[in-house]
Amino acid sequence: MSSVKETTVTMTIDGQDVTVPKSYTVLQAARLVGINIPHLCYHPELAREGSCRVCLVEVEGARSLAASCVYPVSEGMKVRTNTPAVRETRRTVVELMLANHPEDCLFCVKNQHCELQEIAADLGVRKVRFRGDKREAQKDEANPSIVRDPQKCILCTRCVRACSERQGLDIFSSVNRGFNSIVEPAFGLGLDEVACSYCGQCTTVCPTAALTEKDDTQLVWDALADPGKFVAVQTAPSVRIGLGEEFGLKSGGIVTGKMVAALRRFGFDRVFDTDFAADLTIMEEGHELLHRVANGGVMPMMTSCSPGWINFVETTHPEMIPHLSTAKSPQGMFGAAVKTYFAERENIDPSKIVSVSVMPCTAKKWEAKRPQLCDSGYRDVDIVITTRELARMIKQTGIDFMNLPEEEFDNPMGISSGAGQIFGATGGVMEAALRTAYEVYTGRTLDNLDFLDVRGLAGIKEASVDMGDGLVLKVAVAHTLRNAEKLIGKIKSGEADYHFIEIMACPGGCLGGGGQPYPTDAEIRQSRIDAIYRADASMKYRKSHENPAIIELYDTWMGKPLGERAHHLLHTHFTPWGGRLK
Amino acid sequence: MGEKFTESEMARLDELLADLGSQKGTLIPILQKAQDIFGYLPREVLIRISEKTGTPLSRVYGVVTFYAQFHLNPRGRNIVRSCQGTACHVRGAKAILSELKKQLGLEGDETTTKDLRFTLETVACIGCCGLAPVIMVNDETHGRLVPDSVKGILEQYS
Repeated sequence: MSSVKETTVTMTIDGQDVTVPKSYTVLQAARLVGINIPHLCYHPELAREGSCRVCLVEVEGARSLAASCVYPVSEGMKVRTNTPAVRETRRTVVELMLANHPEDCLFCVKNQHCELQEIAADLGVRKVRFRGDKREAQKDEANPSIVRDPQKCILCTRCVRACSERQGLDIFSSVNRGFNSIVEPAFGLGLDEVACSYCGQCTTVCPTAALTEKDDTQLVWDALADPGKFVAVQTAPSVRIGLGEEFGLKSGGIVTGKMVAALRRFGFDRVFDTDFAADLTIMEEGHELLHRVANGGVMPMMTSCSPGWINFVETTHPEMIPHLSTAKSPQGMFGAAVKTYFAERENIDPSKIVSVSVMPCTAKKWEAKRPQLCDSGYRDVDIVITTRELARMIKQTGIDFMNLPEEEFDNPMGISSGAGQIFGATGGVMEAALRTAYEVYTGRTLDNLDFLDVRGLAGIKEASVDMGDGLVLKVAVAHTLRNAEKLIGKIKSGEADYHFIEIMACPGGCLGGGGQPYPTDAEIRQSRIDAIYRADASMKYRKSHENPAIIELYDTWMGKPLGERAHHLLHTHFTPWGGRLK
Repeated sequence: MGEKFTESEMARLDELLADLGSQKGTLIPILQKAQDIFGYLPREVLIRISEKTGTPLSRVYGVVTFYAQFHLNPRGRNIVRSCQGTACHVRGAKAILSELKKQLGLEGDETTTKDLRFTLETVACIGCCGLAPVIMVNDETHGRLVPDSVKGILEQYS
């Protein structure tokens, strides 16, 4: 960094002097003096837009009020954020938005999570002086993952930017003009008709209920209320990391035991752990990798746990299908095993089992509906809800979540290793696979289980592991589809000679998934990552192949990894998904 | 949709895209020239433009829908513009417009006749208020109209 003088400016905000980097906006500078300027289109991780006009402030010498989210700071600038004109204008701006907005906050899925609602309350909007027309546009509910309700859209374009900047998919655009303006996919098509990955990142940035997860909570209540059903639930590694945030816990708090207790009180017959199935995924995927290496299979092999990524490959890059590991995702493996292995073991009629999963992910809802996922002879996973939906269900019951006792998962599909737990973080699947692949291949015990090169929030990470006898395993890890696209480019150009690549569609991995609590930013993702590795470090077993429940499953029932039964139940295939507009 | 335009039209589009497709800031000229070729901007054409320019399809669609000059549906051989400006309004433009719709057999939001003979549009002001109420057909202006004059005017255009 060059001298402080050149790179910073000193300015005054509401009478307080503050020195900030030259690159800051007024909104960022205000935060440093403890003032949160209300905003809707601005999002700290997305390009700046300046379209909503809620963040207006007075800048001395400026002709009119300025949008602080795009207004650059300058030396000696004097800003006032709390004058009668600022307060009145902000309130008017919000009133004008509300004039076109459905007045159904009480019944809205985003009630108490809506940024528009919060800002209206903060600014003291007590009535709307204007009566505007409401947009007459149909909800898009045709896909299993995401609901788009244009009536709730305030045209902030956060979704447009998130989809473009994070995922490179550019599903949404501002369309038409004036009152007819709408944010929608090309030709007003449904999300199932365009190359949407269902990752749900748009739902994590939407300030209102214009983009939300498809709510499947009632299906779970119905199953639980049916005395003829045996209802088993699995919970993904990232759910226990995020769920506490919905109940006032700081991000990074782990609520595994309370979550299990809550689910048991709902009336689930068994509360199981997707981490168990993650260990199973590592057994199959790790052996598949070694098999490909030994037999000259298609390289690099790429992970297939992230359904947003799978959707992206099948839709946009079908030529990469041979690279995908045929191992099912943990959710898929769990679903197949619960209606076969578990049903047989406990002598339960599999047709009576309802298999529910709680996932940090909207695309998992789509994955569960894939025609491939019925290898048990039934639908392997019947209902998928997100972390946010689970939180809503807990609130419906009145359970005092934070004061619940800590309870344990049920056996046998509740026993897991730290390797299964770290699936939730970008690089986690890779690290878990390396722990097992190394020991299986070399027959030696790893001195250090922590593969630090593949941890953290860098977009693309690389590592190599000396497996002995001349084999150096080269691996790469990417999160977000934009980074995945970069890696695909490197593979195609021959620039990359990796053996194994892990891809997660969402930033930070599943812990930053499209079904996780609001809000999610880099800091929150990092604290969730820290929590995941903390959990891993405290586990009794930290390698998938040492999980006794996994060993028992293979010894007593499944046979060998990649064996006949495993091939039938734990592996899948992928097919190009044509006919969707890119 | 595919049969509505010819191979030679598509070849002209590809030529245009080979010429301009890789340059920045050329989306609007490309769309204008493509519309000159096809008369409107069919979906397949927008897809081709998106592929060759690398501009996401949603963004191409956003630009097309923003500007009134671009059309997503086939247009008639003759464009009828019915003036809705203040002067025309007070001198009965509404009655002229409804007679135009009746004569052209257009219902609801329809703008183009099935035989593609006419497209009917409204405009805010043509700029010859002295002739109110007024319509334009292609480049010709017809003024001081009463509903009964509409049929005879339309018959002049095939």
